[in-house]
Amino acid sequence: MLLRHTPKEVKEREGLTINPAKTCQPIGAMYAALGIHGCLPHSHGSQGCCSYHRSTLTRHYKEPVMAATSSFTEGASVFGGQANLLQSIETIFAVYDPDIIAVHSTCLSETIGDDLQQITKKAKDDSKIPEGKYVIYASTPSFIGSHITGYANMVTGMAEQFSVSTGEKKDQVNIVAGWMEPSDMREIKDISKAMGAKIVLFPDTSDVLDAPQTGKHEIYPKGGVTVEELKSTGDSKCSLALGCISAEPAAIALDKKHKVPFETLDMPIGLSATDRFIMSLSKAAGVKVPAEITAARGRLVDVMADMEQYFHGKKVALFGDPDQLIPLVEFLLDLNMKPVHIVSGTPGQRFEKRMKEVLVRAPGANFKNGLNADMFLLHQWIKNEPVDLLIGNTYGKYIARDEDIPFIRFGFPILDRIGHSYFPNVGYNGALRLVEKILSVLMDRQDRTALEEKFELVM
Amino acid sequence: MAEMIGILEGREGQVYEKRQDGPEIDIACDTKSLSGSVSQRACVFCGSRVVLYPVADAIHIVHGPIGCAAYTWDIRGAVSSGPELHRLSFSTDLQEMDVIYGGEKKLYRSLVELIDQYQPNAAFIYSTCIIGLIGDDIDAVCKKVAKEKGIPVMPVHSEGFKGTKKDGYKAACSALMKLIGTGPTEGISKYSINILGEFNLAGEAWIIREYYEKMGIEVVATMTGDGRIDAIRRSHGASLNVVQCSGSMTSLAKDMEEKYGIPYIRVSYFGFEDMSKSLYDVAALFPDRPEIMKRAKEIVRDEIRKYYPEMQKFKAALTGKKAAIYVGGAFKTFSLIKALRTIGMSVVLAGSQTGNKDDYRRLKEMCQEGTVIVDDSNPVELSKFVLEKEADLLIGGVKERPIAFKLGVGFCDHNHERKIPLAGFVGMYNFAKEVYESVMSPVWQFAPRKGGLR
Repeated sequence: MLLRHTPKEVKEREGLTINPAKTCQPIGAMYAALGIHGCLPHSHGSQGCCSYHRSTLTRHYKEPVMAATSSFTEGASVFGGQANLLQSIETIFAVYDPDIIAVHSTCLSETIGDDLQQITKKAKDDSKIPEGKYVIYASTPSFIGSHITGYANMVTGMAEQFSVSTGEKKDQVNIVAGWMEPSDMREIKDISKAMGAKIVLFPDTSDVLDAPQTGKHEIYPKGGVTVEELKSTGDSKCSLALGCISAEPAAIALDKKHKVPFETLDMPIGLSATDRFIMSLSKAAGVKVPAEITAARGRLVDVMADMEQYFHGKKVALFGDPDQLIPLVEFLLDLNMKPVHIVSGTPGQRFEKRMKEVLVRAPGANFKNGLNADMFLLHQWIKNEPVDLLIGNTYGKYIARDEDIPFIRFGFPILDRIGHSYFPNVGYNGALRLVEKILSVLMDRQDRTALEEKFELVM
Repeated sequence: MAEMIGILEGREGQVYEKRQDGPEIDIACDTKSLSGSVSQRACVFCGSRVVLYPVADAIHIVHGPIGCAAYTWDIRGAVSSGPELHRLSFSTDLQEMDVIYGGEKKLYRSLVELIDQYQPNAAFIYSTCIIGLIGDDIDAVCKKVAKEKGIPVMPVHSEGFKGTKKDGYKAACSALMKLIGTGPTEGISKYSINILGEFNLAGEAWIIREYYEKMGIEVVATMTGDGRIDAIRRSHGASLNVVQCSGSMTSLAKDMEEKYGIPYIRVSYFGFEDMSKSLYDVAALFPDRPEIMKRAKEIVRDEIRKYYPEMQKFKAALTGKKAAIYVGGAFKTFSLIKALRTIGMSVVLAGSQTGNKDDYRRLKEMCQEGTVIVDDSNPVELSKFVLEKEADLLIGGVKERPIAFKLGVGFCDHNHERKIPLAGFVGMYNFAKEVYESVMSPVWQFAPRKGGLR
């Protein structure tokens, strides 16, 4: 048992994080930047950061991930990284020819005190940015927040730095995607299309990190939100932010800069959150809910009804990222399941508050986020109150194996299964997929452990 | 040549195509990657982490913000036969306040908590980038904790920006050097070795160890595959260091030679040719006991007899196919070229992240006409050469895999993510089988490059 050292007794820890349920900001910024068409993410720091982020994204998506690095040296750490970044901008435009460079900082460049805004301005003043090309930036110190914070910061950066208002409103709605999979972004676009709603979705990693085999290595795959679309976000009627942590800051930025009003929604995972999303989109875009969406909802409710006896009272432990956990917990409650332990390494009072609202229906549930909210703590909680199901990223497999708990992979990173980049978790179809997954692992368990006389053919 | 294939600006010196009428130039290497390049290289911390990671009865604490610990959590298939502390992720998870006021106290508390709970035989503390900036005195913290807890607590000075991955190997070796010489050497045979630079990926160190033990040689320590602190502490009692992998542990072997007078040899366990040589070379250094050489010959004979005939079906299918190699160290490239020849394949691209001038000179000698040699390459360049040279196989690591698959050619992971042992005689068989299965997979016939929808 790999986790044999985990004691049942929970003690206050002063410093240490054991088996984290988060990672650092820059990888989130890199992921977000990949959702812009023709964009090369750039890591302003040591070479290792960029290498680790690319490797992790590649392990999760089984796709090549392109990003450049400032390749810091000792010199840069003494004299500042301005020269490295200016050199980088020059090299990148000359060699890799992107339309956009999206620069994010690291703990190193932040601690040195590099000011990305000032350096990119200098690059512009020194004519290092070719005509019609762009450099955007986001400050993403690794010692604050988590990968989710980094994602939010880069998405905010793209909204703030690209959007313009022409004075003429456009008949379109901005949808700010919280950290979700390419498959989810594709589903959001499909739903909007089915409803006849004109939207600008950003970022959009579909057709970037789920690209087909073409026989070529495309530095800039066909997907991603375009510069034109990003510029137009300042003229949109309103914004829907899908996630109060990873998406809302960008919507706030557009409201501040161009008075684009916004509504913050939970990410549309599960029945209730999808209902709210559909109603909000229908209202915002001034479109009716078409029969095919209503039918998709009907199919989901039908399955939930057909199988309700199998969900009742099943205890669930979850870990992962805020904007996914909130609606997921709500969906489990809608299924009559019992979320009992919830852990997220991402800090923040906003997250805490929203999760507590959802958890009103689950009295006594353990919930912790931020410092020391790690997989070690989750394991200890599970030892004290065992569960029937574990939901989270690949790192849950250690606990699942040691405690013999049915396990569904959900979140980031998923290093040992496929599917997450191709099949959505959002919308009614995503919810149906989740229901299928939950039922499958619970029933597989029942089939495996049932006494012979209780081994059922029809379930 | 630069015009011919359009390699990236500023990289001309690091790409070389072997041609009879071509100029005799030295490939530029040991250089820093250009700022702004999409390099496949990593950092100092990465180098230290991969070298020390397999020590399984120690705790490994990453002192810094969470990322460095998160990205290196159990990603290396370095197998342990017992304790598995190395597969857990420990971080001081530094926050903004720690960066301002220093992280020493947090490190101290973390260490104490961890040692009390996990009862390890030692602890390694890795410095990350910002530790180098905020100036935490991790040596002092380590010393204090070592004294209080009675176990070795080793600082590893692996600040990411302070060099390349190679410097990280060195930092790891200096941490090991502090351990070596602190254990008893009584009872160690005169016919004994340490296995260095073998990380027991997919259980490879076990295979190698068994060969040497069959020859009648005592293996004192493997560093660091399936590594144990006590074995490392007494490893200065061995008569010889057998070093694999070009960069990672040569510096340790040199230090041990200087301090303890232990000679070392460099070997490779990939392919029949190099594997046999690594047994013979060791046996030759123990001439006063001829049965060691006799047994080495028996092992080579028996093993090749066991696997060679089996491999002929792979060779028949693979003969004439072309391979591209891009791996971390250049030494591995040499073995791979020979191993590929054994199964009838030629090499059209050979490169490494960290090769030095000697490595590349030797590569040039080994390669045939038209082979492209690259240092510190990138995805654009790699995919260009794979397509232009019509390679059927790419050998690389995690970042290269999806490139091969996007292009529609076979792939073999010769890095951390190998799932089966590739070292030893059985490893050569596994390698041939894996290459065969990937290159001959029916999936490539559906690739758009081969005509697409039919």
